[in-house]
Amino acid sequence: MSEKTYAGVTVNCNDEGYLTDFAQWNKEVGAAIAKEEGIEMTDKHWEVINYLQEQHKNGVPLSIRKVGKSGVVNIKELYKLFPGGPLKKSTKIAGIPKPVSCI
Amino acid sequence: MKKLLILGAGTSGTMMANHLRKKLPNNEWDITIVDKEKTHYYQPGFLFLPFDIYKSKQVKKSIDKFIPKGVNLVREQIDRINKDEDQVILQNGKTLSYDILIIATGTNIAPQEIEGMSGKYWHKDIFDFYTYRGAKNLRNKLREWKGGKLVVHICEMPIKCPVAPLEFAFLADSFFINKNMRDKVEITFVTPMDGAFTKPKASKELSYLLEEKNIKLVPNFNIERVDGENKKIIDYAEQEVDYDLLVTVPTNMGDELIERSGFGDDLNFVPTDKATLQTKVKENIFAIGDATNIPASKAGSVAHFEAEILTENIVRYIDGKELKNKFDGHANCFIETGHGKALLIDFNYTHEPVPGSFPLPGVGPLRLLKESYMNHMGKLAFRWIYWNMLIKGKHIPFVTPEMSTAGKEF
Repeated sequence: MSEKTYAGVTVNCNDEGYLTDFAQWNKEVGAAIAKEEGIEMTDKHWEVINYLQEQHKNGVPLSIRKVGKSGVVNIKELYKLFPGGPLKKSTKIAGIPKPVSCI
Repeated sequence: MKKLLILGAGTSGTMMANHLRKKLPNNEWDITIVDKEKTHYYQPGFLFLPFDIYKSKQVKKSIDKFIPKGVNLVREQIDRINKDEDQVILQNGKTLSYDILIIATGTNIAPQEIEGMSGKYWHKDIFDFYTYRGAKNLRNKLREWKGGKLVVHICEMPIKCPVAPLEFAFLADSFFINKNMRDKVEITFVTPMDGAFTKPKASKELSYLLEEKNIKLVPNFNIERVDGENKKIIDYAEQEVDYDLLVTVPTNMGDELIERSGFGDDLNFVPTDKATLQTKVKENIFAIGDATNIPASKAGSVAHFEAEILTENIVRYIDGKELKNKFDGHANCFIETGHGKALLIDFNYTHEPVPGSFPLPGVGPLRLLKESYMNHMGKLAFRWIYWNMLIKGKHIPFVTPEMSTAGKEF
């Protein structure tokens, strides 16, 4: 557990830099995390982020194929928006946990 | 006479029939369970079947044997649920009405979801071990396989028993060592997640296992298609992995009857409250086990803990009382690591698996998140517990439905 400051907001992160409290997230924080990951956010990026946050709120496990079927973005586009680990990066920016298994 | 209807006589449905028959008076409640199958499979055994550790007769018994007296078993295919009329329509056109419905229809593999997977190479060089047929065909293949590239692969989450693929890789290592051909086999574990272990404590305690067993890891692999002719799997980032023998866990989906009924998410899982197990479909419809969309592991132990809580909630529902928000996502799983050893993990929605002792705090005899011979014996003993206690709805001593934090190193 560590503290980080994004866009003037102090947030709690786990060892891999994922926010541990979604209440600390806002759009500016998301944009600052994206910048750290080398991503400049566009409207399309935010559409994906909103979708992921909505799914997370409903307790739905996330998968690449699920995002691809969401109607928000297809999988090829998703890879272009978040190169090198789309779900890993997009969940980090969204302030939600990365997808995990049970161990 | 009121009617309670259970769809599915697998692990969850059978447990509910046994629990509820004891709780609900025979002269007030009629209980019916519907399943088209004749055989009840001990699914954890599918992991052992390919390696000739279990014989096929050890993993199957007749469904009828476990349906208690006073419960009607209807052996028919279910067409759909008509939630507005409180009716279930069977494929033979008959309808069954209910006051309370429990959906326990589980999950199936859906290899047709991935291009090139279920075609002419299916069960030739591409196998699943999540079905009886798949596990048995894979056993026959492994008996004569001369070696090469073995790829153990997960298509996408969520899957039933999320650690089974990893256990398969570990057992394969042991199997080929015992056959004196480990030097002829390259084992690769391919996963859509960012590691074989994804939770901090487990990663820290267990990362050594892959290296020790010489299992190569390909993480962040999101499969797009299988090129069966050239024997490779290809992901959306154009990553390729070559195989001679592909053992995959296909996309897992809920039963198609859920889709036909007009509810369920895009994988046909039933939207369900994760603490009460009442569905979000209608207040008199409940769901349990793999059929739900709750963020707990799809595993027999989870179904077992859910069954104790769902029984209580159904009784409360009948009595007009508020349901208890009691299910905490508790799961308890043995993980085979090969060479006669196993791990044990115990966790829930909010607590990741950690080291410690189980079930008696400080005593054990089982050790959490550590390899031991005793844990392996526990896993083997579990088959007896399953057939004789678990699906008959008997309480397992010292193991509570809610996870205990005692004796654990957080």
